[in-house]
Amino acid sequence: MKLKDLTFRGGVAVSDNKGLTKDLLIEPAEDPSMVMIALHQHTGAPCEAVVQAGDEVKVGQVIGQSQAFVSAPVHSSVSGTVKEIVSMAIPTGLTVECVVIESDGKNTMDESIKPNGGLEDLSPEELIEIIKEAGITGMGGAGFPAHVKFSPPAEKKIDTILINGAECEPYLTADHRLMVEEPDKIVFGLKVIMKAVGVDKGVIGVEVNKPDAIKALKEASRDEENISIVPLKVKYPQGDEKRLIDVILGRQVPSGGLPMDVGAVVSNISTTRAIAEAVMDGKPLYERVVTITGQGVKNPRNLVVKVGTPFKDIIEQCGGFNEGSPGKILMGGPMMGISQYSIDVPVIKGTGGILVMTEEEAKPEPLQPCIRCGKCLEVCPVYLQPIYLSNYALKGDFDKAEALHALDCVECGACSYQCPSKRPLVESIRLAKREIIAKRNKTN
Amino acid sequence: MDSRVASAPRAEEVALENMLLVSSSPHIRSNESVQRIMLDVIIALTPAIIGSVYFFGINALKLILISIASSMFFEAIIQKLFGKPITIDDFSAIITGILIAFNLPASAPWWLPIMGSAFAIIVVKQFFGGLGSNFMNPALAARAMLLTSWPIHMSTFTGTRPDVMSAATPLAIMKFGMSADGTASATVESATSASQAAGAELPTLWNLFIGNNPGAIGETSILLLLIGAAYLIIRQVIDWKIPVAYIGSTLAMLMILGVESQFIPYHILSGGLILGAFYMATDYASSPVTSKGRIVFGIGAGILTAIIRVNGGYPEGVSYSILLMNITVPLIEKLTAPKKFGEVK
Ligand code: SF4
Ligand code: SF4
Repeated sequence: MKLKDLTFRGGVAVSDNKGLTKDLLIEPAEDPSMVMIALHQHTGAPCEAVVQAGDEVKVGQVIGQSQAFVSAPVHSSVSGTVKEIVSMAIPTGLTVECVVIESDGKNTMDESIKPNGGLEDLSPEELIEIIKEAGITGMGGAGFPAHVKFSPPAEKKIDTILINGAECEPYLTADHRLMVEEPDKIVFGLKVIMKAVGVDKGVIGVEVNKPDAIKALKEASRDEENISIVPLKVKYPQGDEKRLIDVILGRQVPSGGLPMDVGAVVSNISTTRAIAEAVMDGKPLYERVVTITGQGVKNPRNLVVKVGTPFKDIIEQCGGFNEGSPGKILMGGPMMGISQYSIDVPVIKGTGGILVMTEEEAKPEPLQPCIRCGKCLEVCPVYLQPIYLSNYALKGDFDKAEALHALDCVECGACSYQCPSKRPLVESIRLAKREIIAKRNKTN
Repeated sequence: MDSRVASAPRAEEVALENMLLVSSSPHIRSNESVQRIMLDVIIALTPAIIGSVYFFGINALKLILISIASSMFFEAIIQKLFGKPITIDDFSAIITGILIAFNLPASAPWWLPIMGSAFAIIVVKQFFGGLGSNFMNPALAARAMLLTSWPIHMSTFTGTRPDVMSAATPLAIMKFGMSADGTASATVESATSASQAAGAELPTLWNLFIGNNPGAIGETSILLLLIGAAYLIIRQVIDWKIPVAYIGSTLAMLMILGVESQFIPYHILSGGLILGAFYMATDYASSPVTSKGRIVFGIGAGILTAIIRVNGGYPEGVSYSILLMNITVPLIEKLTAPKKFGEVK
């Protein structure tokens, strides 16, 4: 392991704006009266509803399932009555089937939810089954089902589990608060993953701008010989999976490859905590910590929010919008967050933050011609040439963009962030990626 | 408006939805801007501007101001004619103006910078698409044009004291003052330089360093140019790679070509090498964007500079070297494309 210089080449310094919420305790959100739970909020096959309008459901009861391996069940986050199953927009931008449940306000727990016993008594297979049944998916963004990640093919030798505590997106503090307030759960979750994957080395990487988190985790893991807490330099996108592996293990995931190709499995903080709760309490993933923040919202907070709660309800609980109208509402942080058309969308398992930007902040900056300063190349953590990729993409020359490795772009946005001319670099590269993938799918 | 959102009637919700801006990430931008970068370059050039007036007198200031004004004027006029937005507020024309003046002798007539800026802005910059699209450095191209058209005006250098009407640059002295066949050179420029150089003596290195020696008005004070360059590097406006590779390879090549070691400091400290390496070769539009490419570019310019100075007909080789390297930029970039992260070997 590299011990010094825990950073990567490229990347940008971004003002983190975490001060709004980083010292605020996690609080439970008010119970929603109505939830809309998406049946497809993960990477993989969508779930089929296993309830229908009129059914009574309880908290933690399975409401959607799929037979496919790459999928994850969804559970009710309230007790009450299923109203309807309708197609609606979710914050990823997709329109998917959602189960609409009216809460009876009682939060009656489903009988299936009970502790699973100690970690010693559970086999790796049982652990993976528990994680799968709990519907746990990557809560940092892509929403990849956790049990799939933890079941690598036999020929991939995994030697390290990395927990991603970088939380390099500005504004977001959900993971930060979890590390400070529930470090024992994070460490326990890591131990679960280590046992499930059959690995005896675990590392938690945390950016040094969270000294309280590093301290809490060190404290919580002091008796664990196999677990180390590694401070990382503050730089965006430090929390990108492949950057993290490079920084901590000194291994480069090959282009187009996965972490398991270099012997690593990466999990984020919220996911790890959900895994701990699934094993300890038998609790499925139906609620999560969300940071509601930004200059456009009155009282920024860190709330435990039930999956399916409309954004609108939560924003209201944070005092509503500040004076003036909001300019932009994002799911996620300002670097990679998804901008929303409406605040009627429901929270999903991957909603780590809701960021409300003011009109002033959201104003697009005037475009200028590229001055060829080369800064976009300097900051690209994948060492691409954003200026040329973008030029080809804008000209519609997607073959040339592909030849310059457009598909390796991780869409971190560092290039667009840094460009003095405010060129739409990642925006256009994204377009090229879509076209290239569409073309590949057609020819295959 | 706190509670209004949740309890808002349908119509207002629709209004909110229409107000929300939806766009692709990232949703924030750094506070870097083209103006800021250009302003930084102007700030960096300011010590050398002051130095040039100190050493060469009020005529230097006059030339600089005329040059700036005409550059801005031509930029605005041509953009108006082309029906393009007028962008003199990006400050880039000011820099071109300063650099054109910096390449003139203090004795140059007032209209010379006007000719230079017309060529630089209209032909080299705007005909090729404006800011960022010029494949040659406009100021250097202008210098080359002026040198070809008005060689006498461009190479009659005055000393730094007012009583010296014409003087030889240290490079000219090294080239012609010490060689017997100096006067045999073919060009007018070198003939002028050569006749001035005959019998002249080299200034002290200290005078060279602070700028108290004959030369183009902006190139002589190494000290002041380096102060500005340090500022640009600290502000990350320019990359150290081009100037370091450039100066290093000039040095190496001069030695390879057998230049006596006592003259090498003169080569580095006089002529346009420092000005060229830090302020002209680093021009964004006409230098490579790739990291390795910048090193290759610097080395190429260094080798050419040394060869022209030692073997060419001119005492100075910086402008032509950079201009030649400008043309090779697309090729250099192709050959030095960065290897992407995790490239399968
Ligand atoms: S950062 Fe922007 S201006 Fe600079 S080279 Fe890249 S695209 Fe051009
Ligand atoms: S090209 Fe892609 S990977 Fe590189 S900086 Fe831009 S968004 Fe990030």
